[in-house]
Amino acid sequence: MDTKQYIESGILELYVYGLLSESENMEVAQLAKEHKEIETEIISIEKAIVNLSTSFSPFLSADNFEKIKAKLNLKYSNVIEMKPRNNWSQYVGWAAAVTLLVGIGYQYTQLSETQNQVATVEKEKTNLQDTLVGLQLRNKQTLTALTVVRDTKNTVINLGGQAVSPQSFAKIYWNKETEVVYVDAAGLPEPPEGMVYQIWSLKLAPQLTPTSIGLLSDFSSNTEKIFAVEKTGDAEAFGITLEPAGGSKSPTMEQLYTLGKV
Amino acid sequence: MTQEELIPLILKKDERAFTIMYDMYSKSLFSVISNLLKETEDAEDTLQEVFVKIWKSIDGYSESKGRFYTWILNIARNTAIDKLRSKGYNNSQKNLSADNFVHLLDDSNKLNNRIDTIGILEFVKKLKPKCIEIIELLFFQGYTQQEASDELAIPLGTVKTQNRNCINDLRTYLKV
Repeated sequence: MDTKQYIESGILELYVYGLLSESENMEVAQLAKEHKEIETEIISIEKAIVNLSTSFSPFLSADNFEKIKAKLNLKYSNVIEMKPRNNWSQYVGWAAAVTLLVGIGYQYTQLSETQNQVATVEKEKTNLQDTLVGLQLRNKQTLTALTVVRDTKNTVINLGGQAVSPQSFAKIYWNKETEVVYVDAAGLPEPPEGMVYQIWSLKLAPQLTPTSIGLLSDFSSNTEKIFAVEKTGDAEAFGITLEPAGGSKSPTMEQLYTLGKV
Repeated sequence: MTQEELIPLILKKDERAFTIMYDMYSKSLFSVISNLLKETEDAEDTLQEVFVKIWKSIDGYSESKGRFYTWILNIARNTAIDKLRSKGYNNSQKNLSADNFVHLLDDSNKLNNRIDTIGILEFVKKLKPKCIEIIELLFFQGYTQQEASDELAIPLGTVKTQNRNCINDLRTYLKV
């Protein structure tokens, strides 16, 4: 068979167009199988007409493919509708990203600043609580002092300054019923390091008998300078001497600061 | 992918092959459909219907009957013509000088492949008016040789060879 003549007849174009009868179709399909040049020719004709018609296609929205897939319940891959790359949207994207980063940075700074503030406030609160505790303690001490001073059952003994310290003075509040003794030591100077004031109750007759009723320890920390000491029932006078820390068994008379009779 | 590689996958109902087939042929079929149905909505509905038919009746296709493209082209043309009839268009006879596939280029906003189309436009200018008429009738509208011969008032044997010459011009231009 003369394939060239067969090709030139134009029957293959009609074959591709789908215009031949069923029997003609079968014949061409059979010849294409047998003759490579016929098959090649058919493929070229098809390429040309597919190319031509594709070029004439109006805009075909991707919606159509989605609708077809939905109708056929197909799951696979989408046809991607290419759109011209928009620089504007790109810049907006970057701008948004930068804004976000700056925003996060700013928020972070704000956060650590706030955390510092919280820490500072916490510290201040602790300080205030300490102060409050201190004040409450002082208040309690003041109240105690006031109670002592106000007690009408008290005998108040003024102790005057002696040779070693003429400026010194002190007061003894002595409740003879309860035998409780308080010392108001506000008129005494701060004791030197390693020394302490010692309180003595004295019996004057038949002979001078001193009995220690306590030490004014923690002198500097007691801001009210009101000290509770041991009870006494039968004092005739009170005296205060400066003694080495821990106190002495008998008073050091050279260091007698104040003295007063009941 | 060539048709020879695609067909076995389609016959196996490989859904990825469906996507490839759609990419390869949807625009070609859409231009044929759009040439027959002027309303975009009708054309789109028909295209969808055509691809649904292709997938559902794929078992009815056999390579011994012809090219796969030819098979789907026939489905597209027949579905569009059915739609045309159901819509009650009476004047399916066209004024060929003014109304053929070249009008698809008129609305330049709708064009898919602008670059291809510009090339095709140049080609269409060179293409003989006789070629536009004959491709319009045979390929786009599916006229038989006899119908085209009557329509164009040329001898039956000339239809086939004239069309062959036109396609050869196109192939020279496209280098296929």
